[in-house]
Amino acid sequence: MNIHEYQAKEIFRSYNVAVPNSKVAFSVDEAVEAAKELGSDVTVVKAQIHAGGRGKAGGVKIAKSLDDVREYANEILGSTLVTHQTGPEGKEVKRLLIEEGCDIQNEYYIGVVMDRATSSVVMMGSEEGGTEIEEVAAETPEKIFKEVIDPVTGLMPYQARRLAFNINIPEEYLGKAVKFMMSLYDVFVQKDCSVAEINPLVTTGDGEVLALDAKLNFDDNALFRQKDLVDYRDLDEEDDKEIEASKHDLSYIALDGNIGCMVNGAGLAMATMDIIKHHGGEPANFLDVGGGATAEKVTEAFKIILSDDNVKGILVNIFGGIMKCDVIAEGVVEATKQIGLEIPLVVRLEGTNVEQGKKILDESGLNITSADSMADGAEKIVSLVK
Amino acid sequence: MSVFINKDTKVIVQGITGGTALFHTKQMLDYGTQIVGGVTPKKGGTEVEGVPVFNTVENAVEETGANASVVYVPAPFAADAIMEAVDAELDLVICITEHIPVQDMVKVKRYMEGKKTRLVGPNCPGVITPEECKIGIMPGYIHKKGHIGVVSRSGTLTYEAVHQLSENGFGQSTAVGIGGDPVNGTDFIDTLKAFNEDPDTEAVIMIGEIGGTAEEEAAEWIKANMDKPVVGFIGGATAPPGKRMGHAGAIISGGKGTAEEKIRVMNECGISVASTPAVIGETMIDTLKENNLYDKCKTH
Repeated sequence: MNIHEYQAKEIFRSYNVAVPNSKVAFSVDEAVEAAKELGSDVTVVKAQIHAGGRGKAGGVKIAKSLDDVREYANEILGSTLVTHQTGPEGKEVKRLLIEEGCDIQNEYYIGVVMDRATSSVVMMGSEEGGTEIEEVAAETPEKIFKEVIDPVTGLMPYQARRLAFNINIPEEYLGKAVKFMMSLYDVFVQKDCSVAEINPLVTTGDGEVLALDAKLNFDDNALFRQKDLVDYRDLDEEDDKEIEASKHDLSYIALDGNIGCMVNGAGLAMATMDIIKHHGGEPANFLDVGGGATAEKVTEAFKIILSDDNVKGILVNIFGGIMKCDVIAEGVVEATKQIGLEIPLVVRLEGTNVEQGKKILDESGLNITSADSMADGAEKIVSLVK
Repeated sequence: MSVFINKDTKVIVQGITGGTALFHTKQMLDYGTQIVGGVTPKKGGTEVEGVPVFNTVENAVEETGANASVVYVPAPFAADAIMEAVDAELDLVICITEHIPVQDMVKVKRYMEGKKTRLVGPNCPGVITPEECKIGIMPGYIHKKGHIGVVSRSGTLTYEAVHQLSENGFGQSTAVGIGGDPVNGTDFIDTLKAFNEDPDTEAVIMIGEIGGTAEEEAAEWIKANMDKPVVGFIGGATAPPGKRMGHAGAIISGGKGTAEEKIRVMNECGISVASTPAVIGETMIDTLKENNLYDKCKTH
């Protein structure tokens, strides 16, 4: 789960991770009011969307007066930002962060991630703050320093000191930098983060070490014990079909093609997308109905697939293990009866009770093309949508 | 022979009284797996499917002499269940449970350091040695006894590969599902090592997917150490970056973990990579022919 920068900064404040004073605004008037309350000479107006690269796209402006704040808020609120992370359609800005400006001395990068290679939490730092960290990693990997953290002890002060020295944070800021890192690790662990990224971390003229930007992602699997985080979810930032799918416990990702896919199992679902592409088609989605799909769930999955206007045909690929093919077949028949089906449907069934499943489809009288294998199914649906 | 499990493996089921666990306990018993006990706190002294239930793993092991466990305990409590099994010094713990918080698994991995137990999973279909022992949720009937080892990050895609092998007359020594989570127990290399040392395994299928660099590392290991031919497949070649494809570990991020890169490294390391999931079986058959193993591996 992703949240906005202003929400991440709220969490940071509650853990004593230093951030500049700021307020969220949902309208131009609120933005001006927030700037008035902050009362600083320089105010930053920042677009709040779930994507990086906002600055380059014109979503971050420095205001030197309340009139500036009004002008920039007017300009950014309601506009559509296109960044390298939003896709070409961009994202509409509905919230602003109004933040006091600060006297930046230097910019650094601090990130905390779950590292697969060491099965540990790793804190990374670089003195190349403010730039794309992927670029730093590719071009000058020696400028990225890592501390692997033992889950028993947590981040130790010596590790934080070493990281601060390695990325050349001046000594006069050392105490505050260490405190910042220790608190950031606490946020990461206690809030079940999957990524915490501060880019840039800044040192200021008045001796502070502050998170100028803040990006937090959370482990969806841990949300059951992070109930307060769920309030931070912003449905405007998510795909409607993906929201609907999540309500029914279906794993769905919208893609750009025209062949809808319904599959059991994430690996097989990915492989089904691949084989459609191999035969010259374009998948419209990734959809894993999971291991315990019922006729009802299959119906919901169908509705979601069909709500995408780009879909010109559907491929159902099921390898029944515990999932029985006759149950799937009943679900498919029920779904097509309930919601109608005017586009080609190819069904490949294999595994438990496959004969009963095929029989149900044959006897349904529905216009369903059956396939004997994955490859056969992919070839058939690709030729049918052409 | 086989890897990790065989007809002598004695299994306890953790969380045995839950719906899913009960269903699969019955399936495993039907397959012939020696399920000797189950564990559900406060249900000790009862019996399900003819299997005695205990309050703790320690009790269950004392009473039954079990050497392996399978975990169906719900995600919030699964890490604790794994650690309980490790503490009881079982040889093998297979965790089927999906959606375990990754920080819980970080603690599990740290806890397991220096201990004797092997963990397979979590979020995996389990391990099967055909006609001897099935631990997990895979459909038993598609598997045939034979000489091809299978190791995979994906459940249903493993079934697909096994099905293609069995249909063409090539049985399997053992099929191991290592699971789709970013932090897990047994990895590709651990399983490949075991297959390499298993006299009954003649060739191996390795099924990976996007995300992480485990396939690349396994490929390098294969190039340096593996005496037996390996066929590969990577799921998710068409997945867009930044989108998590169902499995917690299946995501391309920061330019890392693409199928293209994995396939390139695997090819460089001498692994034949199937171009589509539909030709995993065929690719293995071609590889067996090239290595003069076709007749030896043709089991039915």
